[in-house]
Amino acid sequence: MKVAIKRISSDPLGLLGLCLVTLMVVSALGASIFAPYDPVQLNIMERLQGPSAKHLLGTDQLGRDLFSRVLFGGQVALKVAFLSIGSALIVGIILGLIAGYGPVWLDNSIMLLFDTIRSVPTIMLALVTVAFVGASLTTLIFVIAASSIPTYGRIVRTQTLTIKSKDFVKAEMLMGASVLRILSIHLLPNILGPLLILASMDIPSIIALEAGLSFLGMGVKPPTPSWGSILNDGFALIRNTPWPIIAGSIPLVLATLGFTFLGESLRDLLDPKLRKLI
Amino acid sequence: MIENILRIRDLSVNYQTNRGILKALRHVNLDIPKSSIVGVVGESGCGKSTLITSIIRQLDDNADIPNGLIEFEKQDLLKLSKDEMRNISGTKISIVFQNPMSTLNPVISIGRQMIDIQYRDQISKKIKKQRSIDMLTKVGLPDPHIQFNQYPHELSGGMQQRVSIAMALQAGPSLLIADEPTTALDATLEVQILKLLKELQEELGCSILFVSHHLGVIAELCDHVVVMYAGQVVEQGSTYEIFNKPAHPYTIKLLECDPASISKKQRLLPTIPGEIPDLINLSKGCIFKNRCSQSIDRCSQETPIWKEFDNAHFVSCHLTES
Amino acid sequence: MSKLLSIKNLRVRFRTNSPFQAMINKIEDPYIDAVRQVSLEMKEGETFTLVGESGSGKSTLALATAGLLNAEEGQIKFMNEDVTTMTSSQIMAYRKKISYIWQDSIGSLSPRMSVGSLITEAYKIHNLKDRDLKMESDRLLKLVGLPKQISERYPHQLSGGQARRVGVARAISLDPKMIIADEPTAGLDVSVQGEILNLLNKLKDDLGVSLFVITHNLNIVRHISDKTAVMYLGRFVEQGQTDDIFAKPRHPYTLALLSANLAPYSEANLKNRIELQGEVPSLMDRPNGCEFHTRCPFSSKHCDNEFPPIHTFNNSQILTCHYPLN
Repeated sequence: MKVAIKRISSDPLGLLGLCLVTLMVVSALGASIFAPYDPVQLNIMERLQGPSAKHLLGTDQLGRDLFSRVLFGGQVALKVAFLSIGSALIVGIILGLIAGYGPVWLDNSIMLLFDTIRSVPTIMLALVTVAFVGASLTTLIFVIAASSIPTYGRIVRTQTLTIKSKDFVKAEMLMGASVLRILSIHLLPNILGPLLILASMDIPSIIALEAGLSFLGMGVKPPTPSWGSILNDGFALIRNTPWPIIAGSIPLVLATLGFTFLGESLRDLLDPKLRKLI
Repeated sequence: MIENILRIRDLSVNYQTNRGILKALRHVNLDIPKSSIVGVVGESGCGKSTLITSIIRQLDDNADIPNGLIEFEKQDLLKLSKDEMRNISGTKISIVFQNPMSTLNPVISIGRQMIDIQYRDQISKKIKKQRSIDMLTKVGLPDPHIQFNQYPHELSGGMQQRVSIAMALQAGPSLLIADEPTTALDATLEVQILKLLKELQEELGCSILFVSHHLGVIAELCDHVVVMYAGQVVEQGSTYEIFNKPAHPYTIKLLECDPASISKKQRLLPTIPGEIPDLINLSKGCIFKNRCSQSIDRCSQETPIWKEFDNAHFVSCHLTES
Repeated sequence: MSKLLSIKNLRVRFRTNSPFQAMINKIEDPYIDAVRQVSLEMKEGETFTLVGESGSGKSTLALATAGLLNAEEGQIKFMNEDVTTMTSSQIMAYRKKISYIWQDSIGSLSPRMSVGSLITEAYKIHNLKDRDLKMESDRLLKLVGLPKQISERYPHQLSGGQARRVGVARAISLDPKMIIADEPTAGLDVSVQGEILNLLNKLKDDLGVSLFVITHNLNIVRHISDKTAVMYLGRFVEQGQTDDIFAKPRHPYTLALLSANLAPYSEANLKNRIELQGEVPSLMDRPNGCEFHTRCPFSSKHCDNEFPPIHTFNNSQILTCHYPLN
């Protein structure tokens, strides 16, 4: 861990990414401590104000403090990102391991399932699900998770196939290790590293996806703040004041840059060929 | 005086690592006479690879040459520019590696690769093709016209290595460097390739620098032998001298340990106990002293000097100075 | 000494085309025989060596003996139990009796496990909860001549020689009756080859374990092996007591192998050098008659159309050739 931090710090972009991500995570988790106002509290008297000492990012059309809404919106972004990626990873890993390690017919069936899911564009999937179940945070998480499962599953499957034929796996089989032992102790730890980094590089796009779906009205319901819904409100008000749009965009840009830089730095770190240069 | 095609004098190569400076080669002297085969024998960590990459100027970025001279055809290779070196590699000096797949491009046919390497010659493609087929025949490919159009993976390991040799000799080099070319091949194939190299060397008159850890091969093929240990040349001489009158304790022990030389069945095989020394924190004195059964006090104090011990037989060992 | 391993007429096949491909390409028999009609007997306390070049089927034979590959035909009897017809619980018991040292010494060690965990892996697999793993790890490392501290290291931090010893430590952890050693000296410097061979011989003496060695390095065979078998294209061409084979090789291939493994600067060898023509034929296209005739320098009548008979000399040297030498 220490070596990891030292290496990331030696890469300026990685360091920047680490700082931005820390900033985002801390501010989101501690939103209730840092936010000066209740994000849903109306204050019509102070609507549509620009940034000031009282309201750092101004107020929206209902007088709600934008800064507080941004902080709480971060919670939504994080919740969606981690829950959807987390559940996609779990299902993807299980299916990928089975596909890679099991018999060929099972592999083919699971791949067929994956390809079917991937053939449906995410937005369409979202629209259809929302039409049946209604828009909510849970629906959002489900849609994003379902469309990410094939990607992770495929990666796990390919890695499993590669590692399965290596000598150390054969050695374990020869010693009598059970399939479960081989999968959990010998295969999974060797797959997890690169997989987690890949998943972390998906976080920016998931946050953007959440924002997009919320912007279209398929995500969180008002008055819950989300960066996408802030952007949505700001879109309608653009002739009056640019501040809601700016307030909604800044965190998106910072989070995307932060996770991307951090993820790329971690990926370069894990690449043994690049490690030689240090 | 026999003319040397390659003269290495006092060559030292260091690598920058995060633990310190690794002195991979130290004051290496080596002569390759014209039209001869010189074998370099040594075990892992002796610096054979560094030596080869220094000659062809392909050292890694973290390498540094504090002193040394590599004289080839009256030029110091270390002082040449990248362009000047590029004119020499592949034409006057060429190289065959242990793994033929690392030399052969897997997605281009053999024939096209053989033609491509003749890019410097201003002749027609037809002539280039004919030359390639001639070369492939010379290295013993059974059906050169068919194999000309095949891809590397369609050939067996032995054939691939023959193609590598053909490509290396196509431009008629004066020096062929062979880095463990037969180590990956079965013994019966190795015999064929060695015979091929010997025949080609006689016909083309080039010199060969043959690097291997296989003593039997060196004894069979080479005229002169250079013994390396942990970054230094410890002994050098004719094949006869080295194998029949080895002077350096490492050479003596190495020959003893080769199971092929042990004619009677032995329950306990000889070894050289210990490990090669740390090349970052070198201690004073002789590099082999920790594993030498005959070391004396002087061995821990002074580094032995490279001296002529007998007729063109050089060694660096205190015990031989008497 | 009782019979430990007895193999009769073993045949191991691999599929080359899927049923669909075979149908399309009209291939009647989409298999290759990696091991064909192999029979051998090995006694307890012996070292049996399999010699052959790449593609000869040595590793396949070893893996089939270990129960990792299925036999198409034939019998493999270990201590009078037929390995080819074992149930899964019988196989688990069998796995405690034989172990394997792999050719790739570092690649056969699980990369994220420390040396200590690796060598005690067998105890965890077979649920031997009463063992003190730390003590066993120290004991095993001592037996193979490695320092205790190495138990904290990871495979990529080991040298080739150290990794090989770790492989040996792992192999002896459950006190097996037989160890299969696949190319024990591959990749090792000549000055340390002796170390691993001396270690194997010592373990044989101290622990009473039998060794089944696979190698293409004929030079070491003489010093460690009691019985030897020479393999070509999946068959045994010659087998017998090692001393007999080295003193009087009777099959041309054996002779060629012996003369190809050169002793440094021995004039005698160069004069008697046997050179084989061409390369090893593909398993998909086995030659007719004697399968070695395409490369044999002594090939003559009958060799290319009749399969050679089996000759037995002195009751122990067995070979298949039309014109045995010596």
